[in-house]
Amino acid sequence: MYRYDATDKQILSERVTQFRDQTKRFLAGELSDNEFLPLRLQNGLYIQRLAPMLRVAVPYGLYNSTQMRQLAHIARHYDKGYAHVSTRQNFQFNWPHLEDVPDILADLAQVDMHAIQTSGNCVRNITTDQYAGVAADEIEDPRPWCELLRQWSTFHPEFALLPRKFKIAVCATRDDRAAFQFHDIGVELKHDSSGQTQFDIYAGGGLGRTPVIAQLIRADLPWQHLLTYIEAILRVYNMHGNRENKFKARIKILVRALGVEAFREKVEKEWDYLRGGENTLDSAAVDYVKRHFVAPDYEQLDDSSANRELASQRMESPEFGRWLDKNIHAHRQPGYAVVNLALKPTGISPGDISDSQMDQVADLADEYSFGEMRNTHNQNIVFADVKKSDLYALWQALTGLRLATPNLGYLSDPICCPGGDYCALANAKSIPIAEAIQRKFDDIDYLYDLGPIDLNISGCMNACGHHHVGQIGILGVDKKGQEFYQVSLGGNMGREAAIAKILGPSFAQDEIPAVIEKILDTFVELREAEEHFLDTYKRVGIDPFKERVYAKAG
Amino acid sequence: MPKLVKDETIVEDSWTLVDADADYPADAISAGDQLILPLALWQPQREVLLGKANVSVWLGSKQAPALLFGNALDDDSESVEFDINQLPLIAIDFPVFSDGRGYSYARQLRERYAFKGELRAIGDVLRDQMYFYKRCGFNSFAVRSDRDAEVAVAGLRDFSLSYQAARDEATAVIKSRHA
Ligand code: SF4
Repeated sequence: MYRYDATDKQILSERVTQFRDQTKRFLAGELSDNEFLPLRLQNGLYIQRLAPMLRVAVPYGLYNSTQMRQLAHIARHYDKGYAHVSTRQNFQFNWPHLEDVPDILADLAQVDMHAIQTSGNCVRNITTDQYAGVAADEIEDPRPWCELLRQWSTFHPEFALLPRKFKIAVCATRDDRAAFQFHDIGVELKHDSSGQTQFDIYAGGGLGRTPVIAQLIRADLPWQHLLTYIEAILRVYNMHGNRENKFKARIKILVRALGVEAFREKVEKEWDYLRGGENTLDSAAVDYVKRHFVAPDYEQLDDSSANRELASQRMESPEFGRWLDKNIHAHRQPGYAVVNLALKPTGISPGDISDSQMDQVADLADEYSFGEMRNTHNQNIVFADVKKSDLYALWQALTGLRLATPNLGYLSDPICCPGGDYCALANAKSIPIAEAIQRKFDDIDYLYDLGPIDLNISGCMNACGHHHVGQIGILGVDKKGQEFYQVSLGGNMGREAAIAKILGPSFAQDEIPAVIEKILDTFVELREAEEHFLDTYKRVGIDPFKERVYAKAG
Repeated sequence: MPKLVKDETIVEDSWTLVDADADYPADAISAGDQLILPLALWQPQREVLLGKANVSVWLGSKQAPALLFGNALDDDSESVEFDINQLPLIAIDFPVFSDGRGYSYARQLRERYAFKGELRAIGDVLRDQMYFYKRCGFNSFAVRSDRDAEVAVAGLRDFSLSYQAARDEATAVIKSRHA
């Protein structure tokens, strides 16, 4: 992974000093609330319902065991003993004190971490595939490009105060695991016929109040121009984005208002001036970063003998077999596998992890996966480089930590935002909804029969729980001061990007499990053979679901 | 005279900022005045005003630099050609500090239009944005009058290194660290 050099460390330590001073001036009354607001937000600090929330950046989700132990230390000393994995691959702490934040940032800086630009109207954490570097269907490792984008966007002076937040994702695989079409800018990595890296640049996608699939702005952009081209897009957005109405301020609204042709024209005109400028990349700059992402020291292993061993372990323990089937992803190195740690056991808020679990996960990463981990946008954790011969031992250890529920991608593995239990913006709670569904559908064999189903839950229109792209989406709404829930069907966060359709009028909290049951029953009745939920939905449409759910009793 | 931060030091400001809605015909400007006119006043009189060392212009946060070259206030076609360096100073207004449009305007003025004169940030100009202003090409800062200009100067030095190139002398770390 990327290692900070003296330069990175210096910039980070200057940031810590800067924020300490800003906090001091705020507490001394020299900065107004309004003046402090964007400063603290750009350090990931929200004022929440119960306490401030601090969002720590995990660039493209990747971190190491030393960093994990420091995060555990922060959870223990400044928080209530746990942290939360967010849908943008970051970590969040729900209970820090404002006065402590400068010290927390100093602790983070010791392990080359920070909270820079994890909130506020600026370029946020760059995200990508959680299997980057090990996925079999990858064209090229996207992480060096993500890291270059991270550096370029860090304290970019021109884009420090945009109309609204700005999210960039990079996709380098056939199967899209970065949901790049739902980002303000989606970058798709490709190779030209001579093997040179180039990018298709999409803009104007996003979730939130108005979900939109991004549109192609420029195809086949040579890699040298990645930063200047994105700079041109951001300049057009910075100058023309709506600043009067925050609900119309995202770039997706601008692209729509201008039309993609006119938007592209403005971008290209701006790029005429930026093209070839100082931020043009050269191979020295790219190679410097690429050197940090070389493959670890894999052993040369015999895949088929590893598989034979797994087969016999599977015979001994069907539970291990289920975990192998559900939580393991194929690795491109023979004899290795990608392991998903499941952070959604019933009764725990989705994505939460305790300080002692964090410490032990760090130890396991050291022992089994070259000391590195990734957070996923599904709010789980990945060990990317585990020897197949170690899987059994790792499974046993994870089972002891309650991190081995074999449910990855199934109904009981929802994406769920913190919602009304924590978030000041929420219309409704989301965690109890996730839990009620997990409790009602606790028969794992039934869930396997249903096949993979993305259940995504957001506590409000901001859509942190990505409800628009859930195959089943649930959104908390406010109905005359009461917490209600709108259900939608048919979203897709993958390559065949689709926005879910709203089923109909919303429901009270206690109705939701029964509503989900009716949806699932309808699916089971209409399903052909082993068809996946989404395919059945595409074939039959929303009406049969609607009819069943809203049928009058009797 | 009000205080101004210019090229990292505090100086007296000799320019007078003319309000957006003021009426100020060109023939009322005397040689002793040093005026920063709003675009709406400056643009219609551009022919007579250009070349005067004591008259400059300021842009509002919704007034992109291209309007300097337009035929009317809503025309950014850049159809009128003139040497922008005839202007001694251009100011950009930040009605609230959190409106970041002026950063892009500054970079355009410096880079696309190659403006070399004084580029001044006016309005809600505060310490914590000074570093960004500077990096986008501003070299003078009319710090909000209720704030200490000395404190604001320190903001110019919040960071000693920058990852990316912008419009100051700093070299981009992305490019330089392996050079
Ligand atoms: S979706 Fe709404 S309730 Fe949930 S975390 Fe985001 S802002 Fe808060």
